[in-house]
Amino acid sequence: MQRIGVFVCWCGSNIAGTVDVAAVADALKNEPGVVFSTDYQYMCSQAGQDLIVSSVKEYSLTGLVICSCSPRMHEVTFRKTAAAAGLNPYMVEIANIREQCSWVHKEMPIGTEKAIILGKAAVAKVNLNAPLTPGESPVTKRALVIGGGIAGIQTALDIADAGFPVDIVEKKPTIGGKMAQLDKTFPTLDCAACILTPKMVDVAQHENVRIFSYSEVTDVKGFIGNFDVTIKKNARYVNEDICTGCGDCVTKCPQKKVPNEFNLGMDNRSAIYIPFAQAVPKVATIDPAHCTMLKTGKCGVCSKVCKAKAIDYTQKDEYITEKYGAIVVATGFDPISMDKFDEFAYSQSPDVITSLEFERLTNAAGPTAGKLLRPSDGEHPQKIVFVQCVGSRCDSCSEKGKEYCSKICCMYTAKHAMLTRDKYPDTEVYVFYIDVRTPGKNFDEFYRRAVEEYGVHYIKGMVGKVTPEGKKLMVRASDLLDGKQLNIDADLVVLAAAIEPDKSARSLATMLTASMDTNDFFTEAHPKLRPVESPTAGVFLSGTCQGPKDIPETVSQAGAAAAKVIGLLAKDKLKGNPCVASSDELMCNGCSSCEKVCPYGAITYEDKEFRMPDRTTRIRRVASVNPAVCQGCGCCTVACPSGAMDLRGFMNEQIMAEVDAICK
Amino acid sequence: MQKITKEQLTEKAVSLLRDGTVTHVLGWSAGEFDYDITPAVFSDEASLRKSFVWNDFCGANFSKYLVSKTRGIEGKLLVFLKPCDTYSFNQLLTEHRFDREKVYAIGIPCEGMADIDKVKAICGDGISSVNCDGEKLLVQSIYEDAPISVSPSDVLAERCVNCKSKKHVAYDELMGEDGDVLDSARFDEVSRIEAMSPDERFLFWQNELSRCIRCNACRDACPACTCEVCVFNNPRSGVENKSPANNFEEQMFHIIRAFHVAGRCTDCGECSRVCPQNIPLHLLNRKFIKEMNECYGEYQAGETVGSKSPLTDYTLEDLEPGEVFDRGDINA
Amino acid sequence: MQVKEYKPLIVAFCCNWCSYAGADLAGNNRLNYPAEVKIIRVPCSCRVNPMFILRAFQRGADGVILCGCHPGDCHYTSGNYFTRRRMAMLFSMLDFLGIERERTRVEWVSAAEGAKFAATMTEFAEQVAALGENKRLEDLRCKK
Repeated sequence: MQRIGVFVCWCGSNIAGTVDVAAVADALKNEPGVVFSTDYQYMCSQAGQDLIVSSVKEYSLTGLVICSCSPRMHEVTFRKTAAAAGLNPYMVEIANIREQCSWVHKEMPIGTEKAIILGKAAVAKVNLNAPLTPGESPVTKRALVIGGGIAGIQTALDIADAGFPVDIVEKKPTIGGKMAQLDKTFPTLDCAACILTPKMVDVAQHENVRIFSYSEVTDVKGFIGNFDVTIKKNARYVNEDICTGCGDCVTKCPQKKVPNEFNLGMDNRSAIYIPFAQAVPKVATIDPAHCTMLKTGKCGVCSKVCKAKAIDYTQKDEYITEKYGAIVVATGFDPISMDKFDEFAYSQSPDVITSLEFERLTNAAGPTAGKLLRPSDGEHPQKIVFVQCVGSRCDSCSEKGKEYCSKICCMYTAKHAMLTRDKYPDTEVYVFYIDVRTPGKNFDEFYRRAVEEYGVHYIKGMVGKVTPEGKKLMVRASDLLDGKQLNIDADLVVLAAAIEPDKSARSLATMLTASMDTNDFFTEAHPKLRPVESPTAGVFLSGTCQGPKDIPETVSQAGAAAAKVIGLLAKDKLKGNPCVASSDELMCNGCSSCEKVCPYGAITYEDKEFRMPDRTTRIRRVASVNPAVCQGCGCCTVACPSGAMDLRGFMNEQIMAEVDAICK
Repeated sequence: MQKITKEQLTEKAVSLLRDGTVTHVLGWSAGEFDYDITPAVFSDEASLRKSFVWNDFCGANFSKYLVSKTRGIEGKLLVFLKPCDTYSFNQLLTEHRFDREKVYAIGIPCEGMADIDKVKAICGDGISSVNCDGEKLLVQSIYEDAPISVSPSDVLAERCVNCKSKKHVAYDELMGEDGDVLDSARFDEVSRIEAMSPDERFLFWQNELSRCIRCNACRDACPACTCEVCVFNNPRSGVENKSPANNFEEQMFHIIRAFHVAGRCTDCGECSRVCPQNIPLHLLNRKFIKEMNECYGEYQAGETVGSKSPLTDYTLEDLEPGEVFDRGDINA
Repeated sequence: MQVKEYKPLIVAFCCNWCSYAGADLAGNNRLNYPAEVKIIRVPCSCRVNPMFILRAFQRGADGVILCGCHPGDCHYTSGNYFTRRRMAMLFSMLDFLGIERERTRVEWVSAAEGAKFAATMTEFAEQVAALGENKRLEDLRCKK
């Protein structure tokens, strides 16, 4: 029989305002097993916890019921208190009499009555609680970062600096991500390359970092501290270790008509290519879809000009399996496709471009060497219209765009407008917006400078239609503040396309058993308190894979994710969740029902020898649960026909005792 | 009325015993009356020849016996399986309940089994023997001088009237000819109850289930009920209930049992056959089968070994529980 | 004897990650719902054994509602898909036995849907109250 102590918290007036705490403590005194019951103003305070500890000693308590706020709030706190008092931390149950009682019921008698019942249910459960000890598993002291953009680079650098080995897997031939494509960054206008490329070099040269570029993750097994990851290194037909990145092959390659993805197809590259001058690793890659040698077996120019003899047309995809203790997802974003936005004539005129294309047009390393020229005729545009929220903040029934705000567009559009007016003061610049959102350090000042110092015309209203007419683009829009229709004959229209998670994210989430929201952004373990962890233990989130972010936010999140990873890798052993399934061998039929529903593959079967009452032995197939892999959902317990499978901490008996207590 | 004869089966069993293919034979032996058949294990020719029985009352589904009877024997066990038994045979293999290597299964054709209650309804009580002249059943009663001749089709058991399959889905050897999966009307009665009002349904089932005396025969005969420890016998299961002490039977026992075997029940009908109170328990199982077929696609438990039951599977587009009800309204 | 106003007894099983958090959110936002609703926390809706639901009815509950993460959002990736099938089958069996279908429900409530939680509970409590006491599955000896 347990000796249970009941502790009813007032939570100031939060609970005591609608629940007669003294009456609750009094009523629970007579429940079976209860030997002590009291109330106190703030149970979670030091004094409250001291009260619990001293009561455990005084009354030789074996179990605790805390009637307080939600267990999601302070269960961990009170478990620690129990441990401090020498009890097993899992001998504590919380009756949620704040969020689920005092805060939702206004009348004292009703609140009190319900609080008593909730207390009784908790007492009934604790009566059946058993001490639980978490299992331990070792930690592989190596981290995997998936994605080599600024988020991945920063996370990897921080982890590596703390002394742990890190691997970066990047699907493109170079790390750098979207930031490498940008020209300048808001609100300080530093050049993106100038701040990013040194970091790319740092990470490449770091002794603790390995970079798998042109590679992807194809399989993830295992669990926190012990992931087994298969990485596919795509054949680049160039020996990375030998290639010096001299670029001779690139210049000599006869196939030069391949759209250059780094410049978003606004110019061409050769079939063997180095994405950009500062690429890391700076090695050439052959694009098998366009290489004449690989397609027809005739050419071989690159091989002939390569002094290092690095070209290898026979290279095959290579699969590597590596163990990791932690995985960071940093898969980033892409602008959405403009196919569904015919009203802006994106597919009809080359002079309607997206903001990322505008970045390339103004970038010194871009297709126009930094001169702002119209893609159609190479002339300088005199009138530019920027359209904001293209595909962002769409209403939920619209199938074209996204419901969310892409967050970065207001600021980069202000930057584009300002830079245009700065370099080409004769250009007229219009920005159409729904709202201008500038919550960030120096953001509003930046936007106001664009309007006040640089004379950018900000117009509240949406663009209805863009029609190409001769060399011009007729922009029809409404000015909501003036209540007027506007017709602007623009030379260039720039669309602030919404951003969406990278396409690879969905399949990756499946491999990681990490959850995603309806927009395919990774879900964090808690939106406020655990923003860089995924709900799947050991998987962390960095950058825009979790939601739209600008660079400073991405870098801070990347650092935060790294800190969490370091915290994990610094441990030699991991304590698991002891609330896992376990099977009673004597009752198990070995029928495999549990195995079929387990989402983690935590259940295996073995043939075990049993001694029968008549002294014979019998070999039976029985289930066994790997407690390090089991996450404790309990699905197997219901699938089990014999009731052999039960969930520790949420045993059948315990839940039924709660049901009984409530229904009494 | 069975196409295969007792002599054929006996000779087969004897020859397999003689050549050492099997060491034991699972078969039927006579009980107190001709219609009261008991399963038995034979291990020698003499007892086979003496006691082995095969007639129109050999309804027992032998698959379940394999779980216990294959344990602890050295050689193989010969089992005769009617088509419906083979589904249970496969289902038990899916659940790893017996060692396939220990069994030599012979599929035998079945023309349907007789229901003694139907015989009694025609011939009255006091039946002393039932014989078959090849076509008709000859029922001898202690109250009559001459046997009454009954057409087998008039006394066919309900589950055989609605036979779902004459096809064997598992065997090592087949005697006689294999049949086909039949297009049975087995769900008609379920539909009839579904069409009642909730109050009528409640009364219908109260009337049926209140007769339950909790003899556990349904559980003990059911080939899906092979748990090492039954939840009703397990004090920690929360539903332990060994004897008929309250209204548990009316309310809980049969719902829990039906849910336990849902997705695993092959609809062999043993539960209703063995029920001494004639409760149509198979209707509960058929309700689940019908519902799962309609909501998640046709599924026959035991059709193949290793198949996944609808309750251990899912699709992203499954109906919501509320939608399942709404669909019911359309049927009603 | 004083006639008490009939209040239904409702047991709500809530998964720890979404619905229990949704119930907490209803509390944070001070959204009222009937006190007859008593919540039992389970790790996942798939932990709820049909026996728990039958037990609640046997012991005198008038309605049982099961809340979990929305399909696709299960913390354990697939738990609620199994719940959906199991409960669809259990509820339709109860319906087949003549137990009023309005006494059982499955509702998906996310951690962000405090308002939905409160509204669902209010509406379900009204629906159960309209049916009156559960007599069909209740074991009267359990009643005090």
